Amino acid sequence: MIIILFGVFLLALLVITALAIVRTDSLFAAVILTGIFSLLMAANFFLLDAADVALTEAAIGAGISTVLFLGALALTGEQERGGSKSRLLALGVVTVTTLIVIYATFDKPRFGDPDAPVHQHVGPWYLEKTPELIDIPNAVTAVLASFRGYDTLGEVFVVFTAGIGVLFLLSARPAGRPEDFQASKVPHQGLRHYLVPRVVGRMLIPFIFLFGLYVQFHGDYGPGGGFQAGAIVAASIILYALLEGEAQALRALPMRVLKWLVAGGALLYGAVGVASMLLGSNFLDYSVLASDPIAGQHIGIILIELGVGITVTGVLLCVFHAFAARDKV
Amino acid sequence: MIIDILSWVLLSLGGAFVFIGGLGALRMPNLYTRMHAASLTDTMGAVLILGGIMLQAGLTLATIKLAAILLFLLLTSPTASNALASAAILSGLQPKEGPVRPREKAE
Amino acid sequence: MELLGLAYYWVFAIVLMIGFYAVIAKPNLIKKLIGLSIFQAAVFLLYITMGKVEGGTAPIFQDGISLYSNPLPQVLILTAIVVGISTTALGLGIVVRIKEEYGSIEEDEIQERDRQ
Repeated sequence: MIIILFGVFLLALLVITALAIVRTDSLFAAVILTGIFSLLMAANFFLLDAADVALTEAAIGAGISTVLFLGALALTGEQERGGSKSRLLALGVVTVTTLIVIYATFDKPRFGDPDAPVHQHVGPWYLEKTPELIDIPNAVTAVLASFRGYDTLGEVFVVFTAGIGVLFLLSARPAGRPEDFQASKVPHQGLRHYLVPRVVGRMLIPFIFLFGLYVQFHGDYGPGGGFQAGAIVAASIILYALLEGEAQALRALPMRVLKWLVAGGALLYGAVGVASMLLGSNFLDYSVLASDPIAGQHIGIILIELGVGITVTGVLLCVFHAFAARDKV
Repeated sequence: MIIDILSWVLLSLGGAFVFIGGLGALRMPNLYTRMHAASLTDTMGAVLILGGIMLQAGLTLATIKLAAILLFLLLTSPTASNALASAAILSGLQPKEGPVRPREKAE
Repeated sequence: MELLGLAYYWVFAIVLMIGFYAVIAKPNLIKKLIGLSIFQAAVFLLYITMGKVEGGTAPIFQDGISLYSNPLPQVLILTAIVVGISTTALGLGIVVRIKEEYGSIEEDEIQERDRQ
C-alpha cells in the first residue's frame, strides 16, 4: 500500500513538473525545471528496479543536459516570446491522442506480470547465462557490454558523430572563417570573485573525478559503467571550467587532447573487436582475449567500458567548450 | 526494537523539517527569506533523514556510503545557497529591511 | 498493483502528450527541444515499466535472491538516454547557428525572414 502511494505520488510530481515546464515563459526556469524532471525520472526508474538507468538519467539528464541547455541559452536568449497561432488545434490533437494512447494501454499486460511477453524470450536467457558465461554480478553490464556489445559499439559511434557534428557547427567563428579553436575574448569569466564556491568547488573536483573512476570500474559489480562514468568525469571538468573560466579550462585540458579522447575511445572499442578477430574468433567475441574464456570476457568488458567512458567524456566536454567559448552575436 | 523506534523518530523529524522548508519556500516574501527557509531542507532534513537510514543500515558498507553522501551534501548545499545569494545581490535584488507589508501603500 | 500499473501507463501517455504539445504548439525552438526531451523521457518510462517483474529486484546478482527484473529493457534505455542527450546537443548547436544567422529563434519570425 505504501509502495503504491509512493509510486503514484512520484508520478504525480512528474506530471506537475512537465506541465510547469510547458507553461512557463522564462526559458531559464524551464531548463532548471527540466533538471528537476530528470531527477524525478531517476527516482521513478529506481522504484522500477532499474538502478543503472536511474544513475544514467541522474548523471546525464539532471547534470549534463542542464549545463548544455544553459550554455545554449547564454547564446540565444532567456525569454520566450510566447503565444502561438494554432493553440486550440494543438490542444485538440493532443487530447485526442492522449485518450487513444490511454485506451491502448488497457491492452498492455498487467504491471509486473512475470508471464508478460517481454519476459519470455531473451530476458530470462540473459539472466540464466550471465553467471555461467560471463560471471559478473551486474547483469545489465553483461548484456550491454558482451551479449549486446555490437549495439553498444553503434551507440558509441552515435555519440562520436554527435560530438563531431557539434564541432562542425560551432567551431567556425561567427564571421565565418574557420580558425583554430580559441577561448572567447570576454575578459571576465569564471567565478573568480566568488570565494566560497571557488574554494569548495576546487576541493570537491578531485573527489567527483575519483567517484567517476569508481563508477567506471565498478560497473561490473554494481550500477555503473562507461556512460555514467563519462558523464560524471565530464561534470567534474565542467565544474572546473565554470569556476576558473573557460580560458583556464582550455589551458588545463586543451581541445586537441579532447579530440584525441573523442576518437580514442571509439578506436579502443573497435580495436578490441578487431583484436578478437585477429585472435581467431568473431568480431567482439571477448572469450579469446585470454586463456580462460571468462577471464577474457572480464578483460573485454573492462576495455570496452573504458572506451565508452573516454568517448563520452570527450564528447560532452567538446560540446560544452563549443558552447562556452562562443561569443554571443 | 530500540533502533527501529529511533530511526522512525529521526525519519519523521527529518520529513517534518523538509515539509517546513518547503512551506517556507512557498510562503516567504522574497528570494533571501525563501532561500533561508529552503536551506533547512539541505541541512536538518538531510542530517536527520540520512541518520535514520544509517541506523537502519547498521554497521555495514552502506552506512559509510551514506555518511559520505551526507558529508557531500553538507559541503555543497550551503555553497550553492551562497552562490545563489551572491548572484542575486550582484544582479541587483536588494534584501528588504524591516517588516514586509503585503501591499505598499503610495505615501 | 493494479492501480499502480495503470498509473504508470497513464502517466506515460500524459507526459508523452505534454512533451508533444510543447513541440507542436510552442514557437520557440529551445522550448521545442525541451519538449522533445520530455517526450523521450516518457518513452523511457514506458520501457522500464514493461521490464519490472513483481517481487523482483534490480538485475544485480546477490546471494539469496532468485527473482530479478528483466535487464533487456534497461540496456536499451541506457543507451537511448545517451543518444538522446547527443541529439539534443546537436539540436542546440543548430539553434545557436540559427540565432546567429536569422537573429531570432521564434519559428514564425524565422519563416518570415526566409520568405524575404
